Amino acid sequence: MIELENVSYGYGSGEVLTEMSLKLAPGSFHFLTGPSGAGKTTFLKMLYAELLPSAGQVIVFGRDVRKMGRDDIALLRRRVGVVHQDCQFLDHLSVAENVALPLTVAEREIDTRELVELLAWVGLGAQMDSLPPALSGGERQRAALARAVIMSPEVILADEPTGNVDWEMSLKLLTLLVELNRMGKTVVIATHDMNLIRSAKAQVAARVLRIKGRRLHLAGADL
Amino acid sequence: MKRYVVLARAFLSSDLQSDRVVPPSGFTARLTVFSAAAMAFLAVFALALSLAAGRLSDRWSDALAQSATIRISAPPDQIDRQVGAVMAVLETTPGIASARRLPPEETRALLAPWFGPDLPVETLPIPALIEVVEGGGGFDAEGLRLRLAAEAPGAVLDDHDRWRRPLVAAAGRMKMLGALSLLLIGAAATAMITLAAQAALAANGQVIRVLRLVGARDAYIARAFVRRFTLRAAGGAAVGAALAMMAVALIPSGGEGGGFLTGLGFEGGEWVWPLLLPPIAAALACAATRAAAARALKGLM
Repeated sequence: MIELENVSYGYGSGEVLTEMSLKLAPGSFHFLTGPSGAGKTTFLKMLYAELLPSAGQVIVFGRDVRKMGRDDIALLRRRVGVVHQDCQFLDHLSVAENVALPLTVAEREIDTRELVELLAWVGLGAQMDSLPPALSGGERQRAALARAVIMSPEVILADEPTGNVDWEMSLKLLTLLVELNRMGKTVVIATHDMNLIRSAKAQVAARVLRIKGRRLHLAGADL
Repeated sequence: MKRYVVLARAFLSSDLQSDRVVPPSGFTARLTVFSAAAMAFLAVFALALSLAAGRLSDRWSDALAQSATIRISAPPDQIDRQVGAVMAVLETTPGIASARRLPPEETRALLAPWFGPDLPVETLPIPALIEVVEGGGGFDAEGLRLRLAAEAPGAVLDDHDRWRRPLVAAAGRMKMLGALSLLLIGAAATAMITLAAQAALAANGQVIRVLRLVGARDAYIARAFVRRFTLRAAGGAAVGAALAMMAVALIPSGGEGGGFLTGLGFEGGEWVWPLLLPPIAAALACAATRAAAARALKGLM
């Protein structure tokens, strides 16, 4: 589904990520961990082609992202749901409109009943007409998760989804992501919260990847 | 063809959802509408100037090309003989439809603006004037001059070419300047709309980034801006053109004797030309915004 072959990425003169190789199987659950600034966000951005590798190949759904046209990248992003660290909402649109945005830009019919159900699933039924600035940190993350899954993507990438929320809300978000994994979605969560990873391991067979010294390592024994 | 009709219908139909995605930006909206209206207003006048100059050029050219004057300056006792000789020459000259000697009252009328109506023409040594009207093919002016020199030494042919040429050239130049003004107005309008579109795209940089991240194609993002700017430009140009057409229609008519300024306007089918300005403004805005959007999107993955 997603495959990295000797992928490196550099900003300017320095290399941030070096020779990473990885295969994400359909329906798998991964944590990506490492200290702040290790390159977790950069790694995720390469998976949905916001950044292109400076060396190696990122193959998503059988295609090398460097060989994709701009329209192909747009179509790829409809199959990969992303929960961004800073949520990336349009503040002039309501929560419901933000959540439905991927359907809007894909010019697909919006099923109001399904949209309401999705918002209820993430616990935002009462906030659907609110504007994003009125939401709390946890509500924003849940709205971002709802937007990431509205297109029924095969892969869900979450970049520090629990970064700005309390422990209780972190567990709620984790439960939602585990539920999605049980529906067959491939999930990758970038986080530096080791407690969250330990909690998840009790619920799901998660693989833990660690970025250390610009390289990707399979972790687990130290958790 | 059917595909274009469907595209045009989709473009013009109300697309509230995609319109809402990009927030309206008041400053660029006002700038686009105002500049399109102002440019269309000016374009109507440039068009009127160009068309009026063209008409004037044609009129002068036609009117003067069909007439000539022969002036006979001779001592009083010889003038009638020379007029007779000239008339005889003219009768045998191919390309001349008619010729007649101007009677004293017409000569007096010609001089009246300078000397008043009571000028005693008969008592003054005023040259005799013969008005010559050309036939369809025109006549050989140089040949006629040589024959007149032989038959009537005091006769001078004035085929109006000497002063017709600069007038026709000036009118032609004015027509060209009008057309050039139209081009400059079009270029200035395009530049203004491009600037407004670039400002709108820059102001909405974050919106565009989010749209790309959630899977919007470039064409979808560009369309939201292109549709908005095209409709604003068309609306502004329609208002500007309508106001200018009213202003042109209200210019007082000078009738047949009116000068150039009172002839500034549109005649008959020429009124269709200003109606083309709104669709032209829309096409320019569409192309300019598409280009600006393409440049803005190029920098985003």
